[in-house]
Amino acid sequence: MLDALTIATSVAALALAAWCGFAAFRDQPTKDWHFIGMAVVTLLTVVQLIVGIVQLTGGNDPEQGTTLFVAYLIGTVCAIPAVAFMSLAERSRWGSATVAAGAVVLAVLEVRLYDIWGG
Amino acid sequence: MADGAKPVGTQRTRLIGGPGMLLVWLYGVMVVGAVSRSAYQISTEFDRAPLAYSLSAIAALVYAFITYTLVRGGETARKAALACCAAELVGVLVVGTWTLVEPSAFPDATVWSDFGMGYLFIPVLLPVTAVFWLRRARTAAAV
Repeated sequence: MLDALTIATSVAALALAAWCGFAAFRDQPTKDWHFIGMAVVTLLTVVQLIVGIVQLTGGNDPEQGTTLFVAYLIGTVCAIPAVAFMSLAERSRWGSATVAAGAVVLAVLEVRLYDIWGG
Repeated sequence: MADGAKPVGTQRTRLIGGPGMLLVWLYGVMVVGAVSRSAYQISTEFDRAPLAYSLSAIAALVYAFITYTLVRGGETARKAALACCAAELVGVLVVGTWTLVEPSAFPDATVWSDFGMGYLFIPVLLPVTAVFWLRRARTAAAV
Protein backbone atom coordinates (compact mmCIF):
# COMPACT_ATOMS: atom_id res chain seq x y z
CA MET A 1 0.00 0.00 0.00
CA LEU A 2 2.65 2.45 1.08
CA ASP A 3 4.97 1.45 -1.76
CA ALA A 4 2.23 1.92 -4.35
CA LEU A 5 1.47 5.36 -2.91
CA THR A 6 5.15 6.30 -2.95
CA ILE A 7 5.44 5.38 -6.61
CA ALA A 8 2.18 7.15 -7.50
CA THR A 9 3.30 10.31 -5.67
CA SER A 10 6.71 10.41 -7.35
CA VAL A 11 5.15 9.95 -10.79
CA ALA A 12 2.62 12.71 -10.04
CA ALA A 13 5.43 14.96 -8.76
CA LEU A 14 7.49 14.42 -11.90
CA ALA A 15 4.43 15.16 -14.06
CA LEU A 16 3.88 18.38 -12.12
CA ALA A 17 7.56 19.25 -12.55
CA ALA A 18 7.31 18.74 -16.32
CA TRP A 19 4.08 20.74 -16.52
CA CYS A 20 5.37 23.72 -14.54
CA GLY A 21 8.76 23.46 -16.21
CA PHE A 22 6.94 23.77 -19.54
CA ALA A 23 5.10 26.85 -18.24
CA ALA A 24 8.44 28.37 -17.22
CA PHE A 25 9.84 27.53 -20.64
CA ARG A 26 6.90 29.34 -22.27
CA ASP A 27 7.49 32.34 -20.01
CA GLN A 28 4.23 31.90 -18.10
CA PRO A 29 3.45 32.25 -14.39
CA THR A 30 1.55 29.48 -12.58
CA LYS A 31 -2.19 29.48 -13.36
CA ASP A 32 -5.26 28.09 -11.58
CA TRP A 33 -4.84 24.72 -13.28
CA HIS A 34 -1.30 24.45 -11.98
CA PHE A 35 -2.54 25.11 -8.46
CA ILE A 36 -5.14 22.36 -8.86
CA GLY A 37 -2.29 20.06 -9.91
CA MET A 38 -0.27 21.11 -6.86
CA ALA A 39 -3.32 20.44 -4.67
CA VAL A 40 -3.66 16.93 -6.11
CA VAL A 41 0.02 16.14 -5.45
CA THR A 42 -0.21 17.59 -1.94
CA LEU A 43 -3.31 15.48 -1.30
CA LEU A 44 -1.33 12.38 -2.28
CA THR A 45 1.41 13.29 0.21
CA VAL A 46 -1.18 13.84 2.97
CA VAL A 47 -2.72 10.43 2.26
CA GLN A 48 0.80 9.02 2.34
CA LEU A 49 1.44 10.63 5.73
CA ILE A 50 -1.77 9.11 7.14
CA VAL A 51 -1.07 5.66 5.67
CA GLY A 52 2.51 5.85 6.94
CA ILE A 53 1.41 6.66 10.49
CA VAL A 54 -1.23 3.92 10.39
CA GLN A 55 1.48 1.47 9.29
CA LEU A 56 3.70 2.60 12.18
CA THR A 57 0.94 2.15 14.75
CA GLY A 58 0.17 -1.21 13.17
CA GLY A 59 3.57 -2.42 14.33
CA ASN A 60 5.50 -2.18 11.06
CA ASP A 61 8.94 -0.66 11.48
CA PRO A 62 10.78 1.26 8.78
CA GLU A 63 14.14 -0.25 7.94
CA GLN A 64 16.20 2.89 8.64
CA GLY A 65 14.43 4.14 11.75
CA THR A 66 11.12 5.70 12.70
CA THR A 67 12.46 9.24 13.29
CA LEU A 68 13.90 9.46 9.81
CA PHE A 69 10.74 8.02 8.29
CA VAL A 70 8.41 10.49 10.03
CA ALA A 71 10.75 13.42 9.24
CA TYR A 72 10.65 12.55 5.55
CA LEU A 73 6.87 12.07 5.61
CA ILE A 74 6.46 15.58 7.06
CA GLY A 75 8.98 16.98 4.56
CA THR A 76 7.05 15.55 1.62
CA VAL A 77 3.80 17.15 2.84
CA CYS A 78 5.43 20.59 3.20
CA ALA A 79 7.32 20.71 -0.11
CA ILE A 80 4.58 21.56 -2.60
CA PRO A 81 2.60 24.04 -0.43
CA ALA A 82 5.87 25.93 0.17
CA VAL A 83 6.62 26.37 -3.54
CA ALA A 84 2.94 27.11 -4.23
CA PHE A 85 3.13 30.17 -1.96
CA MET A 86 6.45 31.19 -3.46
CA SER A 87 4.95 31.06 -6.96
CA LEU A 88 2.11 33.29 -5.72
CA ALA A 89 4.69 35.83 -4.59
CA GLU A 90 6.64 35.57 -7.84
CA ARG A 91 4.19 36.01 -10.70
CA SER A 92 6.62 35.29 -13.52
CA ARG A 93 8.19 32.33 -15.26
CA TRP A 94 10.49 32.00 -12.25
CA GLY A 95 7.53 31.19 -10.04
CA SER A 96 6.73 28.29 -12.36
CA ALA A 97 10.39 27.23 -12.34
CA THR A 98 10.35 27.23 -8.53
CA VAL A 99 7.32 24.93 -8.48
CA ALA A 100 9.03 22.64 -10.99
CA ALA A 101 12.13 22.53 -8.76
CA GLY A 102 9.92 21.84 -5.73
CA ALA A 103 8.25 18.92 -7.51
CA VAL A 104 11.66 17.47 -8.45
CA VAL A 105 12.74 17.74 -4.81
CA LEU A 106 9.53 15.95 -3.80
CA ALA A 107 10.27 13.13 -6.25
CA VAL A 108 13.75 12.75 -4.72
CA LEU A 109 12.24 12.70 -1.22
CA GLU A 110 9.87 9.93 -2.34
CA VAL A 111 12.79 7.81 -3.55
CA ARG A 112 14.51 8.31 -0.18
CA LEU A 113 11.25 7.48 1.61
CA TYR A 114 11.03 4.24 -0.35
CA ASP A 115 14.58 3.33 0.78
CA ILE A 116 13.93 4.31 4.40
CA TRP A 117 10.80 2.16 4.54
CA GLY A 118 12.80 -0.69 3.04
CA GLY A 119 10.79 -1.11 -0.19
CA MET B 1 25.12 50.03 5.85
CA ALA B 2 25.01 53.76 6.53
CA ASP B 3 21.65 55.13 5.56
CA GLY B 4 23.30 57.98 3.69
CA ALA B 5 24.78 55.49 1.25
CA LYS B 6 21.32 54.49 0.08
CA PRO B 7 20.17 56.09 -3.14
CA VAL B 8 17.31 58.44 -2.34
CA GLY B 9 13.82 57.12 -2.99
CA THR B 10 14.75 53.49 -3.51
CA GLN B 11 13.98 50.51 -1.34
CA ARG B 12 16.37 47.79 -0.35
CA THR B 13 17.60 45.91 -3.38
CA ARG B 14 15.22 43.02 -3.72
CA LEU B 15 17.21 39.82 -4.01
CA ILE B 16 14.33 37.39 -4.34
CA GLY B 17 12.75 38.68 -7.53
CA GLY B 18 12.80 36.46 -10.61
CA PRO B 19 15.50 33.77 -10.50
CA GLY B 20 16.21 34.81 -6.91
CA MET B 21 12.99 33.07 -5.86
CA LEU B 22 14.22 29.80 -7.29
CA LEU B 23 17.52 30.27 -5.44
CA VAL B 24 15.69 30.89 -2.16
CA TRP B 25 13.76 27.65 -2.62
CA LEU B 26 16.89 25.61 -3.33
CA TYR B 27 18.76 27.20 -0.44
CA GLY B 28 15.72 26.60 1.77
CA VAL B 29 15.79 22.93 0.82
CA MET B 30 19.50 22.74 1.64
CA VAL B 31 18.88 24.43 5.00
CA VAL B 32 16.18 21.95 5.96
CA GLY B 33 18.23 19.04 4.63
CA ALA B 34 21.52 20.02 6.27
CA VAL B 35 20.04 21.22 9.58
CA SER B 36 17.85 18.18 10.13
CA ARG B 37 20.54 15.80 8.97
CA SER B 38 23.28 17.21 11.19
CA ALA B 39 20.95 17.62 14.18
CA TYR B 40 19.83 14.02 13.84
CA GLN B 41 23.31 12.61 13.35
CA ILE B 42 25.00 14.69 16.03
CA SER B 43 22.34 13.80 18.59
CA THR B 44 22.26 10.08 17.82
CA GLU B 45 25.66 8.93 16.60
CA PHE B 46 28.17 11.76 16.88
CA ASP B 47 31.05 9.46 17.87
CA ARG B 48 30.87 7.48 14.67
CA ALA B 49 32.04 10.32 12.42
CA PRO B 50 32.56 13.54 14.40
CA LEU B 51 34.39 15.34 11.60
CA ALA B 52 31.75 14.57 8.97
CA TYR B 53 28.84 15.57 11.20
CA SER B 54 30.53 18.79 12.34
CA LEU B 55 31.16 19.76 8.72
CA SER B 56 27.49 19.11 7.93
CA ALA B 57 26.52 21.38 10.82
CA ILE B 58 28.78 24.15 9.50
CA ALA B 59 27.27 23.73 6.04
CA ALA B 60 23.82 24.04 7.61
CA LEU B 61 24.78 27.34 9.30
CA VAL B 62 26.17 28.77 6.07
CA TYR B 63 23.02 27.81 4.15
CA ALA B 64 20.77 29.27 6.82
CA PHE B 65 22.68 32.57 6.77
CA ILE B 66 22.63 32.85 2.97
CA THR B 67 18.89 32.14 2.87
CA TYR B 68 18.30 34.85 5.48
CA THR B 69 20.34 37.44 3.60
CA LEU B 70 18.59 36.62 0.31
CA VAL B 71 15.17 37.08 1.87
CA ARG B 72 16.19 40.24 3.72
CA GLY B 73 17.66 41.99 0.69
CA GLY B 74 19.64 45.22 0.61
CA GLU B 75 23.20 46.05 -0.30
CA THR B 76 24.85 44.85 2.93
CA ALA B 77 22.94 41.59 2.76
CA ARG B 78 23.94 41.20 -0.86
CA LYS B 79 27.61 41.59 -0.02
CA ALA B 80 27.33 39.25 2.95
CA ALA B 81 25.56 36.69 0.79
CA LEU B 82 28.23 37.03 -1.87
CA ALA B 83 31.00 36.41 0.69
CA CYS B 84 29.14 33.41 2.10
CA CYS B 85 28.54 31.93 -1.33
CA ALA B 86 32.27 32.20 -2.01
CA ALA B 87 32.98 30.54 1.36
CA GLU B 88 30.40 27.89 0.53
CA LEU B 89 32.00 27.20 -2.83
CA VAL B 90 35.43 26.89 -1.22
CA GLY B 91 33.92 24.61 1.43
CA VAL B 92 32.30 22.34 -1.14
CA LEU B 93 35.49 22.12 -3.20
CA VAL B 94 37.78 21.51 -0.22
CA VAL B 95 35.52 19.00 1.51
CA GLY B 96 34.65 17.35 -1.81
CA THR B 97 38.32 16.87 -2.67
CA TRP B 98 39.13 15.83 0.90
CA THR B 99 36.50 13.07 0.87
CA LEU B 100 37.89 11.75 -2.39
CA VAL B 101 41.56 11.91 -1.37
CA GLU B 102 41.19 10.58 2.15
CA PRO B 103 37.94 8.60 2.48
CA SER B 104 39.15 7.04 5.74
CA ALA B 105 38.69 10.37 7.55
CA PHE B 106 34.99 10.16 6.75
CA PRO B 107 33.29 7.00 8.04
CA ASP B 108 30.01 8.62 7.07
CA ALA B 109 29.10 11.16 4.39
CA THR B 110 28.75 14.90 4.90
CA VAL B 111 26.47 17.20 2.95
CA TRP B 112 29.49 18.22 0.89
CA SER B 113 30.97 14.75 0.29
CA ASP B 114 31.99 14.05 -3.31
CA PHE B 115 31.02 17.64 -4.23
CA GLY B 116 27.47 17.07 -3.05
CA MET B 117 26.75 14.07 -5.24
CA GLY B 118 24.16 12.79 -2.77
CA TYR B 119 22.25 16.03 -3.30
CA LEU B 120 22.29 15.95 -7.12
CA PHE B 121 25.38 18.20 -7.10
CA ILE B 122 23.17 21.07 -5.95
CA PRO B 123 25.76 22.08 -3.28
CA VAL B 124 28.40 22.78 -5.93
CA LEU B 125 26.09 24.30 -8.56
CA LEU B 126 24.15 26.54 -6.16
CA PRO B 127 26.96 28.89 -5.04
CA VAL B 128 28.10 29.43 -8.63
CA THR B 129 24.57 30.32 -9.72
CA ALA B 130 24.06 32.49 -6.64
CA VAL B 131 27.29 34.44 -7.23
CA PHE B 132 26.17 35.20 -10.81
CA TRP B 133 22.75 36.26 -9.59
CA LEU B 134 24.09 38.45 -6.78
CA ARG B 135 26.55 40.20 -9.08
CA ARG B 136 23.76 40.83 -11.57
CA ALA B 137 21.56 42.21 -8.79
CA ARG B 138 24.19 44.86 -8.11
CA THR B 139 24.35 45.88 -11.76
CA ALA B 140 20.56 46.10 -11.85
CA ALA B 141 20.54 48.23 -8.69
CA ALA B 142 23.14 50.58 -10.13
CA VAL B 143 21.03 51.30 -13.21
